[in-house]
Amino acid sequence: MAEEPRVASALTPDQLRRRRSRSLAIAFALAALALLFYVVTIAKMGPQILHRPM
Amino acid sequence: MSTFSETLLDAAPAAPTSGTGSVSDYVALLKPRVMSLVVFTALVGMVVTHPDVHPVIAFGSLLMIAVGAGASGCLNMWWDADIDALMTRTRKRPIPDGRILPGEALSFGVTLAVGSVLALGLVANWLAAAFLAFTIFFYVVVYSMGLKRWTAQNIVIGGAAGAFPPIIGDAAVTGTIGVDSMLLFLIIFLWTPPHFWALALVKSADYARAGIPMMPNVAGPDSTRRQILLYTLALVPCGFVPVPMGFGGLAYALVAALSGAAMLGLAVEVFRRREGEAAMRAAQHLFGFSILYLFLLFATLLAEHGLGLLRRVPGAL
Repeated sequence: MAEEPRVASALTPDQLRRRRSRSLAIAFALAALALLFYVVTIAKMGPQILHRPM
Repeated sequence: MSTFSETLLDAAPAAPTSGTGSVSDYVALLKPRVMSLVVFTALVGMVVTHPDVHPVIAFGSLLMIAVGAGASGCLNMWWDADIDALMTRTRKRPIPDGRILPGEALSFGVTLAVGSVLALGLVANWLAAAFLAFTIFFYVVVYSMGLKRWTAQNIVIGGAAGAFPPIIGDAAVTGTIGVDSMLLFLIIFLWTPPHFWALALVKSADYARAGIPMMPNVAGPDSTRRQILLYTLALVPCGFVPVPMGFGGLAYALVAALSGAAMLGLAVEVFRRREGEAAMRAAQHLFGFSILYLFLLFATLLAEHGLGLLRRVPGAL
């Protein structure tokens, strides 16, 4: 059976919770950025967005 | 036989490679109160110069201006962590308190700075993006790394960084820079010295401990009081100029006159009261009211243009 990988320093439950919160915040920020670019693209192109060559 | 990496892992704990910062610690690095002022003044710059701005473009631009301002605040905290640890007002900030490592703050700030400039260029235009990049550079390199620890004129020259947002807002929605937003820049620029020197009069011991050459520590409290009065004498008429220029209406004229008179009255009080508790109280009152003064001027402009309440004074341009 493979050994569990060892880490240099174990994180406390509080540190793990904070790391999870940070990861969620980054995910939320990236999703918001993707949504912003999507909406801005539509706003900038206007009705032209329906009349582009496929 | 253990491998080299296992030997390393079994050794005594190394220096920490990551902090224990929470999301709120990272938000604190962005100086949210400064961000809100930047967003507000940039919004006024947008609405005054281009009331029919597309809401999506305006929102996206404001968001990126806010992130750019946050990046500036973060990089400022990274650079100033050593002196922040010495001042009561700042010693609980995330870096001096050990909740976030300096390297983490640096990475966070640089990422946000580069990202906000590129995104503003894509959302609005590259003139606005270039201005945002220059503002971040001016605040972090010129002010934080240069002027702040070097000259008593630090916040006078560095104040330009805080005054740029209306110009960035203007550039984001019009693609150019107009006289109106330059006047808004000038109002904030002249407002900065009385605002910060009033605080410096109250916190001069803190600044002295950190070795920051604020005006009261270099030129003395009396010279600072005189300069506060002189800048206020320049600020109050300047705050009135939007009226003859036609982008400040009747309501703005009234607000600028009343709040300008109050601002001047408080600056005179600071100039007159030079000893003891009364002097400290006068400086605190001016500091507090200066925030309200700038808010009132810009909020009135926002209401006049954003809500269509602008009634020009007869004879205005």
